Amino acid sequence: MSWITARRRHRVAGYAVVPLGLAAIGVAYAALTGPGGQAAASDPGLSQQSIAQGKYLFEQSCSSCHGIDAQGTSVAPSLIGAGAAAVDFQMSTGRMPGKEQGAEMDRKPPVFGPRQIYQIASYVASLGGGPAIPTAAQVSTSGADVGLGQELFAANCAACHNIVGAGGALTFGKEAPALTASTPIQIYEAMQTGPEAMPVFGDGAITPSEKRDIISYVTGTRSETNPGGYSLGRVGPVTEGLVAWILGLGVLVLVAFWITAKRRDEA
Amino acid sequence: MSDNDQTSPAQPGGEAAGQEEGRPHRVIGTPPPALGRTLLGPGAARGAPRAAIEPADPVKARRAERTVAALFLLAMVAGIGFIAAYIGMPVHSVAKVFHSNLALGASMSVVFLALGAGAVIWVRVLMPNVEIAEDRKPLASSAADRRAFEETFAEGTERSGFLKRPLIRRTLIAATVPLVLAPIVLLRDMGPLPGTTLRHTVWRKGLRLLVFGSNRPIRPEEFDTPGGLITVVPDGYQDNQDELAKAAAIIIKFGPGQLLPPTVMDWTVQNIVCYSKICTHVGCPVALYEQTTHHILCPCHQSTFDAQRGATVLFGPAPRPLPQLPLAVDAEGYLVANGDFNQPVGPSFWERG
Amino acid sequence: MSAQDELPAPSKALAGTGVWLDDRFRGAKGLRTFLKKIYPDHWTFLLGEIALYSFVILLLTGTFLTLFFQPSMTDVVYHGTYTRLNGVRMSEAYASTLNISFDVRGGLLMRQIHHWAANLFMVAIFAHLMRVFFTGAYRKPRDVNWLIGIVMLTLGMLEGLFGYSLPDDLLSGTGLRILEGVLLGIPIVGTYLTFFLFGGQFPGHDIIPRLYIIHVLLIPALLLALISAHLFIMFWQKHTQHPGVRQTEKNVVGQPFYPYFMAKTGAWFFFIFGGLAVLSTVAQVNPIWLYGPYSPVAISAGSQPDFYMGFLEGALRVFPSWTWDVAGHTVAWNVVIPALVPLGVILTGAALWPFIERWATGDNSEHHINDRPRNAPTRTAVGVAAVTFYIILLLEGANDLIAFHLNIDLYLTTEIARWAVFLGPAVAYFVTKRICLGLQRKDRDLLEHGLETGIIRQLPSGAFVELHRPVSEETRAVLLARTTPPPPPALVAADENGVPAPQARGIAGRLRASAYRVLTESIPLPGGNGHGNGHGDGRGGRDGEHGDEHAAIGAAQPPDGGGAVSGPDDDSQPGAAGS
Repeated sequence: MSWITARRRHRVAGYAVVPLGLAAIGVAYAALTGPGGQAAASDPGLSQQSIAQGKYLFEQSCSSCHGIDAQGTSVAPSLIGAGAAAVDFQMSTGRMPGKEQGAEMDRKPPVFGPRQIYQIASYVASLGGGPAIPTAAQVSTSGADVGLGQELFAANCAACHNIVGAGGALTFGKEAPALTASTPIQIYEAMQTGPEAMPVFGDGAITPSEKRDIISYVTGTRSETNPGGYSLGRVGPVTEGLVAWILGLGVLVLVAFWITAKRRDEA
Repeated sequence: MSDNDQTSPAQPGGEAAGQEEGRPHRVIGTPPPALGRTLLGPGAARGAPRAAIEPADPVKARRAERTVAALFLLAMVAGIGFIAAYIGMPVHSVAKVFHSNLALGASMSVVFLALGAGAVIWVRVLMPNVEIAEDRKPLASSAADRRAFEETFAEGTERSGFLKRPLIRRTLIAATVPLVLAPIVLLRDMGPLPGTTLRHTVWRKGLRLLVFGSNRPIRPEEFDTPGGLITVVPDGYQDNQDELAKAAAIIIKFGPGQLLPPTVMDWTVQNIVCYSKICTHVGCPVALYEQTTHHILCPCHQSTFDAQRGATVLFGPAPRPLPQLPLAVDAEGYLVANGDFNQPVGPSFWERG
Repeated sequence: MSAQDELPAPSKALAGTGVWLDDRFRGAKGLRTFLKKIYPDHWTFLLGEIALYSFVILLLTGTFLTLFFQPSMTDVVYHGTYTRLNGVRMSEAYASTLNISFDVRGGLLMRQIHHWAANLFMVAIFAHLMRVFFTGAYRKPRDVNWLIGIVMLTLGMLEGLFGYSLPDDLLSGTGLRILEGVLLGIPIVGTYLTFFLFGGQFPGHDIIPRLYIIHVLLIPALLLALISAHLFIMFWQKHTQHPGVRQTEKNVVGQPFYPYFMAKTGAWFFFIFGGLAVLSTVAQVNPIWLYGPYSPVAISAGSQPDFYMGFLEGALRVFPSWTWDVAGHTVAWNVVIPALVPLGVILTGAALWPFIERWATGDNSEHHINDRPRNAPTRTAVGVAAVTFYIILLLEGANDLIAFHLNIDLYLTTEIARWAVFLGPAVAYFVTKRICLGLQRKDRDLLEHGLETGIIRQLPSGAFVELHRPVSEETRAVLLARTTPPPPPALVAADENGVPAPQARGIAGRLRASAYRVLTESIPLPGGNGHGNGHGDGRGGRDGEHGDEHAAIGAAQPPDGGGAVSGPDDDSQPGAAGS
């Protein structure tokens, strides 16, 4: 009898089997599915091989809604002229391929890996041009004027996304998402292409340099330490009021119970 | 000041005779007073002995005394810690402020909480348990006192002659009227009269639109993607908050044929339309634009305007559409205003009409 | 009781000081009264002290802040510790707040304690107000103190609003903008009020310095005076107490100030300060550096005022866009009604309530024993309806955050609120009243039948009965502590000749009679006759030894003695209570 079989009735045997099984499934799943991830900084040149591969992937996964020539159907817009940036944004945030016809598409873990996204983006770009995927230099925050970024963000972006990028409600079930997970490239692409309900902030309205300032503001703000303690969601007075009532008053009332409790001493 | 001589029940809880022992004792309201805790036993009268001065259980009291002392010592140590943290921990960066706040706040919390806990244990365990009843005197004065007051007051009034001499009385009142009005009058110079200030903004024919923040003028060709939006301010007033609070505007680019009445097409340039950014409800800036539905939403109170159709109100408490600014293009191709708004911008006011 | 011990003599220094002072002020008698004064001991009586000590803490931390804050709207370009805002134009007020937060040791802690204390101050005022309301402690002789409290509530709201607007950040500046828009909408005088307050157009350069002086001098001075009056009146009239065996309308039972109450209230102060210190260490509040400086061109999604103003914000959001343009003038109902009506209703209603209750019930006697909320079902139901109204508008004030986090359609939240603001209080009134009446029935059952003991006994006849135990003396006293005031003579239906009282006729009279009926609606206490069988309370219907001071069961006896304490008519019948 092997040593495992001898211990099959050990009292921790059941407990040991479950995590082992879960680990095995997890490893297998990770091995079989590709890594999710960020869109890689793009290669500016579109190679013919990328376009061909992209066309193949497009026909497989996108054409059922967007049309075989990306001309659009009743359920999805035309992608001709949308540009590589739009495709990279939508797919690297996992919004595309769209899973359900909701008010809008939410950020999800991406289905395709960075190279596949680049290929599809190359194909769509080849159909009608449009904004290109920004380079690393275009989204670099070194030397950015974060103060100007603050002013621009506060005037143009905070109304939807909230001043610290915590997100906000739009009409009819739509929402402007929180910006906690957006990469610099995705932020640039979103401004450039105006995904879904978001307006387009072209280079004439917000120059490439100003876009870097805004990216510097967004990424700097969200990574900043909260010097006052736990941030309470950075939402402001609503959570502060809840904390004051529930924690402040609640705990003090418990202390008041203690202070005024009747003594049970003396025989 | 006399102590109450009310009787209290001889037995705790006052159960009726024949009570079963050991049954669950349910308490509603305040629990019954424990024996010996009350000030006076039955039949007490003046001159009865005082309540206890010493705590009942000396052993428990000594233990509590040590606990209280430990807590007070802890408070002292934490207080020294507070001073040390203040001296030793610099600020001048966000991370350092975080640490300084943590140290100062934690030590301060310990000081106060330890003091509080020590004081409570002192009261509850070290001080003997007493419950005293004190009489309430009736709040109203006695009839004699009231009569005496009336007499004194009447005497004084007679002597002053206030009632007998109406000439003095009336002229005194007349003298105080301007005196009372004077402080209100003194407030007049707190601000200018509104006049027609609220009816106009600084926008005028030929004044360039600058992109807010970067203060650049903008050409229609640079703003040519449908669905685009940007905040604009009048040239020369980019740092003038008083004027910006009325003159701030947004320009939105539409595709051909998308703009519909009552948008004034003469006031648009290449399907770029300009609306006031100041909400007509209570004045928040309306920067929230959904390019798919063409709705401009004010985030303050959710007033919604239809940008396609002259910013008419679709929902919410705003009473009027956002005023539209006439646009034109100047000689160098930059977007300029072609006049002021044709109505007052922003919230309603009485004289608006 | 322990043996009488020898009391130690006071130290020479203490005695010497006492004599020195007494030679000048004749304070021995007064101070002795003060030291012996009895304070009832219950946790519900500590809520007002939370507000008191929060105010003290606000004064202390506020003084610290005034040493560093610059109440000026002059523009500066920031170059400081908080590098993310370098190069940004801001007012000196905002820059000095950044300075306090990042360049003054303990500055951020003091700012946070100040803000948390302000929030706790308002929370405590509301909690204390609700306690006083639901226990009827606002009744004569404490109606003046109640009015003082309502005024302090209003002043506290203003003080908080002005205080958090001082840093001139985006969030609070938006609040000032909304204030300006609301003021503009006031008919006839709106534009003048606005221009005088702001010194011209919005934002101008005057509003922050003006709010500053109101915030650090005018309102604190008023609050100090009112708090002193509030405490003095409470001291002079002695505190109320909850019903119990030993508590009567003619005494106050508790512990003396020196040393008990002094130690407890001192400990309470330390706990409040400590609690605020804990909050300020672990929970960030009002992070103005994240909001950025105020600009009339900028706005953030999810902008709300501090919670005590949130109810007004909700009113502004819920109201539809009604407006009149008449004869060259605009009446902005969409702004004027939400700004004035809900707050006006709540504050005026609260202020008038003691007098309305007195008018309806004709109850002009002094009350020093608190009511249990269930024993005043209509009052409790009205209070809960008011709270419901407040909470619905408060929630609507945060509707965009609720829509975002709970995935509810944004417009739907407002549509729901538009209905709920009327239906909610009505439903709350009805439900609360039924619950109170149900609890009264339970109390009556307890008095009549006692507590179940779980002991089953078989009678000789073969039947099984469960034994009940009468409730304890203390519980009995608590359950019996209620009075139903008889109807005022003006409402007595007819005199001995059958002629109706003149005041009972007419609309006012009928209204008053209905109000009396509704306000005194209660389940009658058991008559206490003939329940002397095996599972009764064995008292045979005697009023017990507490009858003198508590109202007797079902009958209104005049309280004995007592000078000018006016009571109900000796001859009148007790008010009949419907169920």
